[in-house]
Amino acid sequence: MTQPAQSPELARLPEFEKAVLRVKELSLWYGATQALKEISLDIPERKITALIGPSGCGKSTLLRCINRMHDLIDGVRVEGQLLFHDRSIFDPEVDVFALRRRIGMVFQKSNPFPKSIYENVAYGCRIHGIGARSELDEIVERSLVSAGLWGEVKDRLRESALGLSGGQQQRLCIARAIAVEPEVILLDEPCSALDPIATQVIEELMRGLADRYTIVIVTHNMQQAARVSDYTAFMYLGRVIEFGETGELFVKPRVRATEDYIRGKFG
Amino acid sequence: MISLTAGALAANLLLVGGLVALVAVNGLGHFWQADIAALVQSDGTTLLGEIADRELDSDESGQPRERWRVAVGNRDLGGSDFRWIDASQVTGESWPSDAGVLEREEWGRFYGFPVAIRNGESVRVEGTEPVWAALPELLRENRASRAAKVDALAAEIRGLNGQIERLRREGRDTNELQVRYEEAASALSAREAELLADVLVMRTADGREKAIPLSQVVRAVRANALGARGKFALYGSRLWEFLAGEPRESNTEGGIFPAIFGTVLMVMLTSLAVAPFGVLTALYLREYARQGIVVRAVRIAVNSLAGVPSIVFGVFGLGFFVYLVGGSLDSLFFADRLPTPTFGTGGILWASLTLALLTVPVVVVATEEGLAAVPRVVREGSLALGATKFETLLRVVLPAALPGVLTGLILAMARAAGEVAPLMIVGMVKLAPSLPLDGEFPFLHLERKFMHLGFHIYDVGFQSPNIEAVRPLVFATALLLILVVLSTNLTAILVRNHLRRKYAGSAI
Repeated sequence: MTQPAQSPELARLPEFEKAVLRVKELSLWYGATQALKEISLDIPERKITALIGPSGCGKSTLLRCINRMHDLIDGVRVEGQLLFHDRSIFDPEVDVFALRRRIGMVFQKSNPFPKSIYENVAYGCRIHGIGARSELDEIVERSLVSAGLWGEVKDRLRESALGLSGGQQQRLCIARAIAVEPEVILLDEPCSALDPIATQVIEELMRGLADRYTIVIVTHNMQQAARVSDYTAFMYLGRVIEFGETGELFVKPRVRATEDYIRGKFG
Repeated sequence: MISLTAGALAANLLLVGGLVALVAVNGLGHFWQADIAALVQSDGTTLLGEIADRELDSDESGQPRERWRVAVGNRDLGGSDFRWIDASQVTGESWPSDAGVLEREEWGRFYGFPVAIRNGESVRVEGTEPVWAALPELLRENRASRAAKVDALAAEIRGLNGQIERLRREGRDTNELQVRYEEAASALSAREAELLADVLVMRTADGREKAIPLSQVVRAVRANALGARGKFALYGSRLWEFLAGEPRESNTEGGIFPAIFGTVLMVMLTSLAVAPFGVLTALYLREYARQGIVVRAVRIAVNSLAGVPSIVFGVFGLGFFVYLVGGSLDSLFFADRLPTPTFGTGGILWASLTLALLTVPVVVVATEEGLAAVPRVVREGSLALGATKFETLLRVVLPAALPGVLTGLILAMARAAGEVAPLMIVGMVKLAPSLPLDGEFPFLHLERKFMHLGFHIYDVGFQSPNIEAVRPLVFATALLLILVVLSTNLTAILVRNHLRRKYAGSAI
């Protein structure tokens, strides 16, 4: 297959959407290997944007750039810009810890801390200086309710989070992410290790959260992208090939590669 | 393969169990009071004592014979505590109910029959039965008056001594205190002489009489009239004395409390020093340092430290801690006491630090492994919430690695408790005049020398002239050392398991 270049009109957001995050010609290298190639993408506010594409296409890398988790890897170099509320997050003056508070993240493998359920949710708040008991109690309850976990764990908040099931752990991680009241939540294949029922629960949860948060989700599962997202970006070999409203992209993709991928011809 | 591994495990368990059982049987028998036998031999002499051993061997002509080892005590009269006798020469054996054994402050045990209790020239009680009846009350009385008269005065003299020492250092006049000191000292010796006037007259099996001051009698036991309950009570009381008492007779009698205390305190100080030191080192090596050739070299060096012979650490501790650090401390803060060293000589602090150095590799290695076992996604979870690296380490990684850290600390404590050689030159002594922890300000005296169970075993077992009498004591001390190591480890293991349960299912 030939290497398709990204054309600007394929990544444009409709006029009525407000872009919270604007990726502009972003390139990223791991050492000598280029993982992202001049990516441009606008991410709309309070919508769910799905990043799809075959393994190794750079979708997780792009996601991790958004809250600068790529900083943690040695030998990474970026070029181009990533604007959050029209300010570059690569600006050396940006407080990366404050940025990560505003852009939360949920990982592929659920990663609760080896602490109690309560402490897991309260952790972010404690880090950011909220220590008052009553306030924490309220935040923990609100976050767990939002994550749809309150009913299941309200009597065992003091027990270890590691005793929860996989789906519960993943929802706990979502509760933990929303406890610090971020604007954007990044989800990196949040359901890849879950059974269909737990997946469905998380998907419903995401739909509910979209009223309040901007959500970016990386997924391998095209049905999932079609079900939950408002916008979808198809990535291939480090580029965004096509970006558009989910219904349109899945029904009548404009690029051949997108069509091949979503019809299951490769990937 | 299974049978091989299982066999190896079984052999190990058998060895450990056998060792502990051997030590326990040999050591714990020491506190049991056997009946006192009166043995008449064919040459007409009578021996009074406990039959400690019966042994079969053959005489010069190859005939089998039986020999008995009899604990006869009375070292001040007979010269030795034990006698070997030929069983065939024993013509009469009886168990006199009025015989008794005295445990004394000096000269070991005395076997004999009580005759009278005198005060100076006047007789207070006479006859075997009346003496046995009156003895417990009189011993209590003697002890009470000792506590009332002598101990208070001795404490006063200690206080005066300290004051004089202080005044002397400040270069002030000590004459007035000197006079009070002399008065107190003479009063003390007068009172001690007064207490010595109460004597118990005992008759040995061969008819000799011996007057023993009541204040010298630790315990008077009428062994053959005790009965099972009395013997168990006596056993408990002796065991307690062994655990909680002060040593007497150059450590061959009395208790070993100062040694237990010294060992436990030293292990605690060692873990206090080694835990932060080792954990911080491991944190730097694993979390902050750039992994490369230098870190690898440092890691190899740290691991090799564990293989350095412990006496080398002792020599280093002497040179570095005692002479260099201690000497500098002395010249900076305790210059007025020189040339008497304060920290510039061996002490429990330097011993603990030396052992901390010795055990730090164990803690570093275990902590590094614990840190490595914390999954990357868990760290990222914390960082993604806006936590700094330090916050992540402190609040997530370190708590998750804590069971691993404690495993290292447990191993370090076990090593520290069993180590003797390096301590001999950095502060451990045969007999310490006072505990490193007492009621005198500042309560914890880190500069003091201390006693240690390991050294106690060596000292009692191999430096004592009276080896037969102390052999069971060596076993008992060894058993206690094993118990101390075991219980410190057990405490740490319980703490670790508690933490593991708290973080149930964590990777470590």
